[in-house]
Amino acid sequence: MAAVADSHRRARTPLLRVLRSEYFVLLLSAAYCAACAPFTPDFATGGNIANVLATLLPLFVAALGQTVVLITGGIDLSAMSIVALASIAGAAVMSGEQGLLAGSPSAVPAALLAMALVGAAAGALNGVAIACLRLPPFIVTLTSMMFFSGLAIALTQSRNIGALPAAFNALGGSTWLTLAIAIVAGAGVHVMLARSLWGRWLYAVGHNPRVARVSGVPVPGVVIGAYVASGVLAAAASVLYTGQAESGSPVLAQRLLLDIICATVIGGASLFGGRGGVLGTLFGALFLKLIDNSLNLMGRSHFSIMMVKGAVILGAAVLDMARSRLEEK
Amino acid sequence: MIEFRAITKSFGGVRVLRDVSFAAAAGRTLGLVGENGAGKSTLMNILGGNLRPDAGEMRIHGRPYAPRHPRDATRQGIAFVHQELNLFPNLSIAENLLLVDLPRWPWTPLIRRGALARRTRELLAQVGLARSPATPVERLSAGERQLVEIAKALGREAWLLILDEPTSSLGMREAERLFAVLDRLRAAGMATIYISHALGDVLRLCDDVVVLRDGEVAGAGPRGEFSQERMIALMVGRSLSHVFPVRARRAREAPSSAGPATPAPASPPALEARRVSVPGVVRDISFSLAHGEVVGVAGVMGAGRSELARILFGLVPCDRGEILLDGRPVHRHAPRRRIRQGLAFLTENRREEGLCMEAAIADNIALVSLRRHARGPLRLLDAETLRGAVGAVREAVRLSPAAHDLQPVKTLSGGNQQKVVLAKWLLAEPGVLILDEPTRGIDVGAKSEIYQLIHGLAAQGAGVLFISSELEELLGLCDRILVMRRGEIGAAFRREEFDRERILAAALGEMRSAGV
Repeated sequence: MAAVADSHRRARTPLLRVLRSEYFVLLLSAAYCAACAPFTPDFATGGNIANVLATLLPLFVAALGQTVVLITGGIDLSAMSIVALASIAGAAVMSGEQGLLAGSPSAVPAALLAMALVGAAAGALNGVAIACLRLPPFIVTLTSMMFFSGLAIALTQSRNIGALPAAFNALGGSTWLTLAIAIVAGAGVHVMLARSLWGRWLYAVGHNPRVARVSGVPVPGVVIGAYVASGVLAAAASVLYTGQAESGSPVLAQRLLLDIICATVIGGASLFGGRGGVLGTLFGALFLKLIDNSLNLMGRSHFSIMMVKGAVILGAAVLDMARSRLEEK
Repeated sequence: MIEFRAITKSFGGVRVLRDVSFAAAAGRTLGLVGENGAGKSTLMNILGGNLRPDAGEMRIHGRPYAPRHPRDATRQGIAFVHQELNLFPNLSIAENLLLVDLPRWPWTPLIRRGALARRTRELLAQVGLARSPATPVERLSAGERQLVEIAKALGREAWLLILDEPTSSLGMREAERLFAVLDRLRAAGMATIYISHALGDVLRLCDDVVVLRDGEVAGAGPRGEFSQERMIALMVGRSLSHVFPVRARRAREAPSSAGPATPAPASPPALEARRVSVPGVVRDISFSLAHGEVVGVAGVMGAGRSELARILFGLVPCDRGEILLDGRPVHRHAPRRRIRQGLAFLTENRREEGLCMEAAIADNIALVSLRRHARGPLRLLDAETLRGAVGAVREAVRLSPAAHDLQPVKTLSGGNQQKVVLAKWLLAEPGVLILDEPTRGIDVGAKSEIYQLIHGLAAQGAGVLFISSELEELLGLCDRILVMRRGEIGAAFRREEFDRERILAAALGEMRSAGV
């Protein structure tokens, strides 16, 4: 018995079983690759795959947090602002130029801790506002997105903080280290979602918070936990993005919010809660990044990539709808 | 006039209406009475086009009438005034009255405000409501809203008005005002069907009376032939449904003949309420429930039975008084802590509070008891023991073996869904079980299995508080019955005092010397 019961329902035929599982998106990605490969000769090279991974992995880590929140039926629009806030917080601790612990051997661990704490605190703020003040998640995280983002820019006066220790930059810069971090984060979230008490409560709250409450689930605690997890995972993504950029930036990854939400939703999480999982989110992020990458290789402009991406995501949503109708029968 | 001719309707093999025939004529008011579940609502749903009869027909002025949709009824001039009113509180009286055909300037979407106000005033005058047409409905009292609802019917030129428990939310004076309006409408030729548990009102207001019992017309005729006593006797009668509780009762008597059913008097009651009050909801509720005892709660809709259950469980904070579980006071508010103290609550509202409809059967069953299967600092679940426990309780409630653990509960029948809710609570091994209408809307077979489960639980020492609108099952199942009326416990009956008519009379409030 798995918590992600929706994806494990017994299917009448093997075809249906694949169609209704998260592997559907993987299948879609594979089909897309097969279709693109003839037109883009650079697509299947080792260098390009490393390229895809470099953008995919941080996105995946950030989308993990979004997955957790979407399962409760909420949304975290402030995720990328938390990434930026954590980025400058970490940089402020460890930067070789004006960092608090510049040059100290404990600079990197201290910076990582600071980033995690900033993420957790920002998430807790969101969670408390949503669970205890009963405000809609959309409004809370929309305003906190503005607040965190503004705070990050105000604190740095819109300047990047450079001269980060090389050990830190490797976390986001080296594909292998990044991969390791993403695997640990993904596995951790998967275990918590599928196997832990909290994970099961998360799905219950997402399905129906009233039923959960009547059944003795500590709903506010579960919800706050989800937003704290989202904040911490945003901080983890921030480590990767900051390492990649080799500087703390108050506007880091600001454009990626919609990518994250798209990846999560394509991966099978429902905006109405109760559905979603790590594997699906991974495939969703992969699908999105493949589109990005292939269009890039074809030499399209940023704007035409946006247009195509929008169309493809809409198409995926239509397919998903058709798939759930199939399921109803 | 409207005629019902041999209307018959079944739900999943359960006959809810059988050969119901009567007529309501213009210029007369017909009182429709019967116990909860006698078939009144089903009949009115058929009249309103929400349901279709399996057999029989309706005729309006002699012509066949077979509505397929609620708007067919509206078009035919039939208007319903429901218990929960269908008004938009944020809109004005005028907008509510004429929402579907607001007067407009020709060829424009613009509303003729003058004409709107004039027409509204005409309609309000007919129901004797002296309010400005621009008043938002949210500022009106319950009685005034009812008058607006009637005015709405007049605005649609309805000739048949159906009122369902119109006085349940009204004070005496507002009720009198409503009656005066209804008398006036009758004089103007309106046909009215008046559904109520308030038998005194029915006698005061109606020209004809129809008594439904178990889906059949138990008695019909002009008012002169009826008294309150006769109506109650007809409502109660001999019931078709008495077959299944009898079997359950035997199961109950087995353990009690072997020894005392309740533990020694020294042990504290499983559940005790001491002068529990929540203003406007329940007043001064005191009772105790022993281990191994099944106590029923009877009463008409709106008597405060479900509200009492929600207060005991902690979904509604208890203002005054004490609630004790095994002699210890319960935690305030959060149901979570009371569940850990051994309290369980099967809600009457299965869809919204009982089950995650989209989630799997096993996930629903496990939900309350997950905590016990969590291990280690990360509280990871022990899937093995959890699966075993779920499987065992599935068997105990005899959930359909065809249902797979990972199937979403929404695919189950009502009876099996209810078994999932029961399984969920049984898995938590509660000391006290509060059941709110556990058998509503489920078939006879599942009902009888649920009765047996309740008895099994009591035999194992759990205290069961059993709320039901079906007097039959209370009589068949309970050791004692508490009767609630208007938020208070009006009477209590021990098993040897059980008397259908006295209990019903106490619930309806017609009996003065109710024994406690």
